[in-house]
Amino acid sequence: MSTLWLVLAVNSVTFGGLLFLLSAGFSLIFGLMRIPNLTHGSLFMLGAYFGATFVGGMLGIVFNFWIAALIAAVVVAALGAVLERFLLRQLPGQQLAQVLVTLGVSFMAADFCLMVWGGDPISVATPPSLVGFLRAGPAVFPLYRIAVIVIAVVVAIALWLLLDRTRLGAMIRAGVDDPDMARVVGIRVSQLFTIVFALGAGLAAFAGIIGGPILSVYPGLDQDMLPLALVVVILGGTGSLLGSFVGSIIIGFIYNFGQAMFPELAYFVLFLPMLLVLILRPQGLFGRFVP
Amino acid sequence: MAVGFLALVALPYWIPGIYYLNVASQILFYAIFALGLNILVGYGGLVSLGHAGLFGIAAYATGYLLQSGFGHSFAILSALVLGMASMALYAVLSLRTTGIGFIMITLALGEILWGLAYRWISITNGDNGISLHGRPAPFGFDINSAASFYYTTLVVFLIAVVSVAIFVRSPLGAALMGTRDQPRRMNALGYHVWAIRFWACMFSGLLTSAAGILFVYYTQFISPQTLALTSSAEVLLMVISGGAGTLFGPIVGAALVVIVKNVVSGFIERWNMLLGAIFVAIVILMPEGLVPGTARLWRLAWRKKMSTGAKAEAKP
Amino acid sequence: MSRKLTRRTFMASTAVGAAAASFRFPTPAIAQAAPFKLGLLTVKTGPLAQGGIQMEQGVQVFLKEKNNMMAGRKVEFFSADTGGNPAGAKTKAQELVERDKVDVILGPLAAFELLAITDYIAQAKTPLLSLAAAEDVTQRRPNPYFLRASACSSQAMHPMADYAAKEMKLKNVITISEDFAFGYEQMGGFQQTFEDNGGKILKKLWPPIVTPDYTPYLAQIADCDGVCQGFAGSNPLRFMKQYAAAGLKFPVVTGETGGDDALLHAFGDEAIGLVSCCPYTADLENESNKRFLAAMAKDYNVLPGFYAAGLYVNCQVVEAGLQKNGGKSDDKEKLMAALRSVSLTETPRGAIKFDHFGNVVGDFFIRKLEKTNGKLINKTVKTYHNVSQFWTYDEKKFLQQPVYSRDFPPVKS
Repeated sequence: MSTLWLVLAVNSVTFGGLLFLLSAGFSLIFGLMRIPNLTHGSLFMLGAYFGATFVGGMLGIVFNFWIAALIAAVVVAALGAVLERFLLRQLPGQQLAQVLVTLGVSFMAADFCLMVWGGDPISVATPPSLVGFLRAGPAVFPLYRIAVIVIAVVVAIALWLLLDRTRLGAMIRAGVDDPDMARVVGIRVSQLFTIVFALGAGLAAFAGIIGGPILSVYPGLDQDMLPLALVVVILGGTGSLLGSFVGSIIIGFIYNFGQAMFPELAYFVLFLPMLLVLILRPQGLFGRFVP
Repeated sequence: MAVGFLALVALPYWIPGIYYLNVASQILFYAIFALGLNILVGYGGLVSLGHAGLFGIAAYATGYLLQSGFGHSFAILSALVLGMASMALYAVLSLRTTGIGFIMITLALGEILWGLAYRWISITNGDNGISLHGRPAPFGFDINSAASFYYTTLVVFLIAVVSVAIFVRSPLGAALMGTRDQPRRMNALGYHVWAIRFWACMFSGLLTSAAGILFVYYTQFISPQTLALTSSAEVLLMVISGGAGTLFGPIVGAALVVIVKNVVSGFIERWNMLLGAIFVAIVILMPEGLVPGTARLWRLAWRKKMSTGAKAEAKP
Repeated sequence: MSRKLTRRTFMASTAVGAAAASFRFPTPAIAQAAPFKLGLLTVKTGPLAQGGIQMEQGVQVFLKEKNNMMAGRKVEFFSADTGGNPAGAKTKAQELVERDKVDVILGPLAAFELLAITDYIAQAKTPLLSLAAAEDVTQRRPNPYFLRASACSSQAMHPMADYAAKEMKLKNVITISEDFAFGYEQMGGFQQTFEDNGGKILKKLWPPIVTPDYTPYLAQIADCDGVCQGFAGSNPLRFMKQYAAAGLKFPVVTGETGGDDALLHAFGDEAIGLVSCCPYTADLENESNKRFLAAMAKDYNVLPGFYAAGLYVNCQVVEAGLQKNGGKSDDKEKLMAALRSVSLTETPRGAIKFDHFGNVVGDFFIRKLEKTNGKLINKTVKTYHNVSQFWTYDEKKFLQQPVYSRDFPPVKS
């Protein structure tokens, strides 16, 4: 029995890592621009499809997995920048219009993926250096999943360094805390927004391809992942990187242990805690503001 | 507007075929659903992403009671009562926050209701759903045919529109819009913001439940898909694309989505992409929605016409 | 890769075809030459599109082979996208019946779509041939206008359990399948036959339909000698990958969707050894299947699976029934009777006939997933002939027991 708990515990952390990669972008965008980016699931899926195309050699060249992931992230980041610059920028503060346009774009993205890649699921090969397991007695831990948590930690540290130690990061933090004052001080908030949105989109796409060997790529991936991102952001709190990270790990635990221990409640295992947190503490566990 | 009303009443006579008549019925009850959501989204400033759950509760209640052998009137009344009771609970839980917190709570509630629809098999029959047989006979009229069902839906629809119009012009409606625009000031003025929102929710719940009941009688089937997040998103899109906070906006939005989904999909295979593109186009050209946007463009065109006319006259 | 181009061409040609099909052909005065209207309820958008697209491919291949003629009549084909939800299925069914006035409807894809339209179809007296596996439509709540040439949910699992117990000598199996009716019915069927053969079901796991990560369930699979899964759609791919990644090595058996031939190009080496039971297998060596495989390869560059083959067979049944009825389709009751009496030997799935509920009686193939010449194939290892929906059970007794559900048969431990 203790093997079960050990496996679940480690998987909670690794699944949490993937969730962090998925939700970091959303948290960043929402924290800075207060835009509920409902295209986030689609960006994740696009990253996964593009990544799978590059890794699978569908364009004639087989890319190394990590390079493919970076290329996919850059491509989707560019798409994100276009989306922000031409669509979202015209709608500052108009939450309803933002919802409409992000959902509209997600419909288009989903249909686009269906048109280009067809309806069949696509398997993403695990990078050859990470095939295999780590064994601790009877417990088995897939190497790739352990790699995912390492990647998540690296990305988290990189983001933290960006936000805390660079000028860009200082501007972003200023923008999150008080956008109007930031403008007064001379920060080009509009340009900042585009950069941050592109960063968020790129992160989502990167998460998509990193998740590829675990989740595979299939139509409907966007709809499956978006609620998860929302749950993490809400639980961890908006605008807080630490919150996102811890929130992701906590969700990982709830997901794994909840489904194993309460199979009857598997459908509610994530939304019931989310509901409870929202009712008791609307700003989330680490949130800095009540959205 | 009188022309529109007459056109609606005379619809079965000029519409080309029973299939389109059925589409019209669907537009009408989805419009009622959208009107109900609009009370919260448009007039109350509260975006709900879980309304399909409430729609579903009324539909399931009707289905379950009919299946258990109760009569139509009992089933309908109970469904309305149950729908509103659920809405009350929903409101109590969600109204603790506003803005994105409200969206998230309603999303969570909607997902929980969806999960319940799948798992509470003894009541909902899981994803095999509940099938209905037959429709009620209000005042003795048989409404099984498409035309008669259309008229029933039309009557409920007109009542809904009139009641929303009355609501908007009433003190409660004005207060609600006040809480949307200036909640703190309203509070300072002595209005009980929470209570205003709560009663708005109840009214929204009534309309939503009515729409749910019409839906289940139309489709003769209810299953968990109806409560999914995509359904809640769809009705929200109807409200926003048509124009939140207007009387006719949700109706136009409902017509748009229903027509693209059901009619246009018969001619264009990539209708999903088309629908997305239409939404994006609406945001670019008329971000406030189709109804207010069209009204604005109309006024612009009118003003241009007037000014060119005046210019022509001013020339000696 | 050429596959992408072919998909685009397919989409374009389908769009043109759909557009062309939606225009009415002028009906000639002579009644015999009136076109035969065939409708298809499928899913072309959203997560179920995978099966839906393949369904349409199966129909198109058939129509192309027959030069768009059935029993001497020209075929007008109407394809409708239900969106994968019951309300959409109802609306599109109405569109096909009321607006397009089709004679026969193929589809829909999902069980819940079928349940939404079954009463309407019976009322409208329109013959319906579907792949949807919902058991009771041919058992406890039979629809006289329904015909199923593929299999009901448990029909493939009874022989699978028989094979697992007798040939694979499995004794203690853990089942895992999605938490919905198709999953329950499959696993229920497996359990009943497996236990009758001396086997034991240790645990039944039910992950929700939307489960990105199966690890919480995989971690519970231990102390058994086999696993029975019933995943459908894209899920089998993910499941097998995560199963192998979790280091699990127990043999896996599955039904018609879990090892579908259409997924072979997506599966990786982790799926080698998967044993499945399916009403269709791509390696069946008969003339009809050879033709079918060649046409699918030529037009769509894919290896067909259960969905495409199922619809192709449905078309064959429609043609045969129409022929039996003298090419006439105005008297729907007579057409339905003719359809139910169809018995074919030359189909991609071998010989088929129907029982008095309209469900198929035919061959079911046990296949093992192997790697040959660097490619994954499903190799048939055993064929069960004349399998009906009741397996070897007495029909009356079977119908008296409740429909397979999450709790029936109950886990005995």
